[in-house]
Amino acid sequence: MQDIVKGFRKIVYLSFPPEVSGRPVVCNLTRLFDLSFNILKADISPRHEGTMTLEVSGLEESFHKGIGYLKENGIRITPVAHKIFRNEESCIHCGMCTAMCPTDALMLDPGTRLVIFDVDKCSACGMCTRVCPVKAMTLDLKDDRN
Amino acid sequence: MGQHQVNKTIQEINERIRKGKAVVVNAQEMIEIVRRQGKVAAAREVDVVTTGTFSPMCSSGLLFNIGQQPPVMKVSKLWLNNVPCYSGIAAVDAYLGCTEPSEDDPLNKVHPGRFVYGGGHVMEDLLRGKAVHLRAEAYGTDCYPRRELDKDITLADLPSAVMLNPRNCYQNYNCAVNLTSRTIYTYMGPLKSNCSNANFATAGQISPLFNDPFLKTIGLGTRIFLGGGIGYVIGAGTQHVSKPQRNERGLPENPSGTLMLKGDFKQMDARYVRGQSLLGYGVSLAVGVGIPIPMLNEEMAHFTGVCDADITMPVKDYGYDYPNGISRQLTRVTFEELRSGEITVNGKKTSTVPLTSYAMSLEVADELKKWIERGEFMLTEKVEDIPSF
Repeated sequence: MQDIVKGFRKIVYLSFPPEVSGRPVVCNLTRLFDLSFNILKADISPRHEGTMTLEVSGLEESFHKGIGYLKENGIRITPVAHKIFRNEESCIHCGMCTAMCPTDALMLDPGTRLVIFDVDKCSACGMCTRVCPVKAMTLDLKDDRN
Repeated sequence: MGQHQVNKTIQEINERIRKGKAVVVNAQEMIEIVRRQGKVAAAREVDVVTTGTFSPMCSSGLLFNIGQQPPVMKVSKLWLNNVPCYSGIAAVDAYLGCTEPSEDDPLNKVHPGRFVYGGGHVMEDLLRGKAVHLRAEAYGTDCYPRRELDKDITLADLPSAVMLNPRNCYQNYNCAVNLTSRTIYTYMGPLKSNCSNANFATAGQISPLFNDPFLKTIGLGTRIFLGGGIGYVIGAGTQHVSKPQRNERGLPENPSGTLMLKGDFKQMDARYVRGQSLLGYGVSLAVGVGIPIPMLNEEMAHFTGVCDADITMPVKDYGYDYPNGISRQLTRVTFEELRSGEITVNGKKTSTVPLTSYAMSLEVADELKKWIERGEFMLTEKVEDIPSF
């Protein structure tokens, strides 16, 4: 997997309206644009609205074409970086969030002993928002339910 | 006690602080000084070593008085922002424990509960100058006829407010893992199944009671940094163990010494007094505590030269053993290994997770260092020992 990840790599959050969530669209990222994808999280609501967190990798140009294709098909794209926030004033750098972070986006810097938040690695799973003892991490889920 | 080559008194050190001549270093800087110069030269050069910790300390709270508003009242039940306070003391005194959840909290009914608000958060809100809702009930007496009170208050409205912590600054602690097959939520944070993470507390080499393992300079009356203000040690904390098993350096091998602390709450700063919500466990309070250690002799210089590699901690299973009162120790690890990010438990690599903020702990030690350097903070002689052998 690491080999493919070379080049451009980004985690995006997709919202599917009910009319699109039943159609195979994401697989076309590979078929038409030579992109690789890794589904980090996917969900379909009772109203048939879908959400998916996707890690996409390949050439940067292909990535933009692929994202354009998804948009044409009515899918709303949000970079994960726009969905998760750390309140820098509030964070006390204890490190508890690193216990649950599945992608190592939250890591302890061995030198400074500060918790680093690398938003490019974040899959917006939201685990940190639940375990942070001072509620410094927030997940913006406004897009989820329209 | 043997003869020392260096002999200083607290009065002499205070005289130097007053003149702005005292040499003050934090406990992290002291490690290198002792290593380079040896304990005797270090004791001659340095006057005070400042220590610090910033960690959840569940046995903390606020003792306060709400004043009277005619017709006067003898309160029997009291809530601050719907968090129950103990009011079985005098007419309008009360104690707010930091682990008390809000009365309508769903607790662990849907596990793991989030424990969004509780005593610790009320304390933080008061320090931030926020208005807090006070509600009180009473049965009414001839001298105290009022039955109810309902109003918003701020910290400034309270005639007195004292942080009073029955047990803080644990000397050493357990490192927690979970050997069961499901994730558990403990006061040591979330522990994933099959020993996937090992959670540990304390600030290690800069933690107060690791720098004075026999409490030679810390006792009743020791002036300290507490929550950003000035506080005092008022004795041994609850569960204090005076005769722990120690390693060759004198450091306890298990949770042992504890301190009871008090301080004027109104002087404190919300940066060092933070309400905490521990998922699936409850509410707590992170408190910044800094203790100055006077370099009375080379023995104290030796103690304050402690580094993470000298400290060892027991690894314990919080999945089955701890809840069932089994004191089995899975292995021992050094604090240095814990800080490296990975330890080995039962032959398996386990990633380590700190619960104590080292960065904030160091900030506390540095803040106290600044106070002493500026001549604003004088050391005190303890009035009574805390037994520690």
